[in-house]
Formats: sequence, structure tokens, C-alpha cells
Amino acid sequence: MAIQPFAGGEGGFYARDRAWHPPVASPAYKSTTLRAPRHALLSLGQTRSELTGPAFGHDILNPLDNDLIRNFSQDGSDAIGQRLVVYGQIMDENARPVPNTLVEFWQANAGGRYRHKREGYIAALDPNFGGCGRAITDADGYYHFRTIKPGAYPWPNGGNDWRPAHIHFSVFGHAFAQRLITQMYFEGDPMIWQDPIALSIPDRTAVEQLIARLDRHNTTPMDTLAYRFDIVLRGRRSTFFENRVEGN
Amino acid sequence: MLNKLPPLKESPSQTAGPYVHIGLTPSLERITEANVPDLGAGPVPGFGPRIIVAGRVFDGSAAPVSDAVVELWQADADGNHGNAFGRVACDGTGAYRFDTVKPGRVGGPDGKLMAPHLTLWIVARGINIGLHTRVYFEDEAEANETDFVLNRIMDVRRRKTLIAVRSDADGKTVYTFDIRLQGGDETVFFDI
Ligand SMILES: [Fe+3]
Repeated sequence: MAIQPFAGGEGGFYARDRAWHPPVASPAYKSTTLRAPRHALLSLGQTRSELTGPAFGHDILNPLDNDLIRNFSQDGSDAIGQRLVVYGQIMDENARPVPNTLVEFWQANAGGRYRHKREGYIAALDPNFGGCGRAITDADGYYHFRTIKPGAYPWPNGGNDWRPAHIHFSVFGHAFAQRLITQMYFEGDPMIWQDPIALSIPDRTAVEQLIARLDRHNTTPMDTLAYRFDIVLRGRRSTFFENRVEGN
Repeated sequence: MLNKLPPLKESPSQTAGPYVHIGLTPSLERITEANVPDLGAGPVPGFGPRIIVAGRVFDGSAAPVSDAVVELWQADADGNHGNAFGRVACDGTGAYRFDTVKPGRVGGPDGKLMAPHLTLWIVARGINIGLHTRVYFEDEAEANETDFVLNRIMDVRRRKTLIAVRSDADGKTVYTFDIRLQGGDETVFFDI
């Protein structure tokens, strides 16, 4: 049996700053109450199982995966709503671009309604809007997609809680230790600051990291507004030995 | 020599929410135009004896977590991490199931081989940041004894939460691995 050598802990990822992320339990977000582990997470260090991760190529993409305005069109017409391009750069904590990584996104329609069997909001479905897409970052770590602005929606948590407009993001990175799911919010939306999910993040500066900025330079006249949303994945420590872990 | 602080902060995690299936397993929501076929669906590719790894996810009241998505990452039977990735949504009973290969042993940071294991990552409504855990195998007792990670679990009683139970039926080898997010038999989750 061939065994790959393992060079040790050097060149692993910086420890996750758990005070920057939301805690596992946030009482104002009630679903966390029974789903948050009570034991402290066990610090593992990182082994080959965490320093490697799946890779996906362009062959998995369908031609309209990055066009939510058209990728569920039933009758050839566009999805209803404010037309947007959402783009950004994926970097690591060392400010190095993360190229060739899969980004998946999903969202409600312009009325705030999801195409999901458990959705309970009375807002209308848009027959031409599915609500998901994906892209692979380019050599400089950039992704982009076309969509409509999602609506805010009510949800059963407190008596009258509303989610701010948001897009869900899933990012792989190049190691399973970098795996991340997060949400993108929109600049200037006052509803961010009443949202138990956004506010599960303790630090206001950290919440602001999830707010996409309106980008007037990349709007398309008479067509789409542009929002820029950069994402930062964990970065690797540098090593101080000549025989570096491969890929560092 | 010291590591400098990195210049950027990692983007904070947010819950995948109750509608995670639209993005990650869209066929379940009858979205058949974009993001198809579902990423990580079907038999997990890799070299080695085929096994089933299956179980249920429970919350702190022992209720099934029917809206979780579970991802799998592992080495093949030779101990190589190729592209053995899987992704499944739990069903209404909180059940998940992977058709995969039995992994081999991979070198660990202590210079010894780790016991065969799978890595799982669980996201759902009410999970603010994806939970990492590992599946070890009951029929690898000798390897488990010396495994670097299992031995870091100080409370010996909790180690068994990471050991899948083997059964053989209809010519298939099934390893059962339930995941308890909270409670007396809470699964060990890792800060990796
Ligand atoms: Fe949402």
C-alpha cells in the first residue's frame, strides 16, 4: 500500500478566529438552541484530511449556471426584479487570490419567496426564477453572475422577524479546512441591523465584511446594477523550513 | 521566528438556512436547469472496497434534523486524497446515506499513520458555522487505538461517538454513524 508522506503541522491554516464568526449558539436565532453543540469544539490541528479538498473544473458548469435571470426561464422571458451583476474576488487571509474554486449561490426571488417545498411566505413565485447558480473563480480569484435583487422576507423566529435582502454563498477553496457558507447583504439596507442571523456575528466590523458595495463603475447602462462582494477564506501560515509542505 | 498576523480576516460564516437545498441539492426542489446534476450526488468515486455509510442526524431533543446537508471528504483505499467527495441532504427522518469506498490509512502529524476515517461537514438551519467531524470504523480497533485524533479526545467515553458500527446485509457492508448535535451522546466536533 502506497502511503503519502505527511510533513507535519507546518504550513497549516491559521486558527479560525471563533470570536469573529458567530458562536454556535445565539439565543436570538432560536433554531440554534437545540442544534448548537454544548461541548467545546476539539482542537484538531490539521492533517492531510483537512489540508486537501475536492477540485471542480469548468466541465461541471452548465452554460447558464451564472445567469439566474435566465437559467430557470420557462417561457424565454427574464426573471422579474431589479437586474444585478454580483461579482467579487475570493482571496485568502494572506490577500492571495483563490483561483479555480467553485462558488455556489442561492436566493429568494424579487418578492422574497424561495422556490422550496417548505417555503411558507405568501409572496408569489416567479415562474421564470429558480434561484440558484454557480461559478468557478478565474486566475485572479474573480467570480461573477447575473441575477435579480432578492426581496426581504418574514420568517418564524420572533413574532415578526424579517430577513434583510441576502444571497447565500457556498465556497470550497482548496482545502476542506477552508470550506465556508456565508451570506451576502446589500449596502445601505437598514434591515441588516435588526436581523438575528446577521447579528449572530458579534463584531459589527465582521458583519460589514458581508455587505456588498454598490459599484457604479461596473453597472451596465439601461440593464444591470453591479454589486461587489469579496470573500476571504482561511490562509496558510508560512513555514520556516526549506522542505515545505507541497502546495504551501 | 514568529508568524505574523495575516492582513485579512476570514469572511464570517452564516447559517446555510432552511432553503439550502435550492443551492446545494437543487434536484430535490425540482430545479433541473441550473446547478445540475447535483454536486457530489451518486456513488463517491474512488479506489477501494465499496461500502455504505449511513445514519441519522439528531438535535438536542433527539428530534431528527430533516433539513441538514452532509458533505463527505476522504482518502481512497491507498490513502490518497483523489476526488472522493460526496454531498447528500437528510430526508424527513434525518437520514443520510453515502455509497463510497473504505478509506486506507493516511499519515498523521505525529509521524504515524492515522486510522482509516472519513471527514464529514454538516450544515443546516440553526448551525451558524459548518460542523466538522470524523467517521472511524469499528472493525479497525487496532488502528483506532493509536490514532492521533481519537487519542486527543480526553474523555474516553466520547471517542465512541466517532466509531461507525458495521453490519453486513445483502452482500453490502454498511457502517452506521448517527450524528448528535447536542445531548448526552453529543458527537465530537472539531475546530480544525
Ligand atoms: Fe435566506
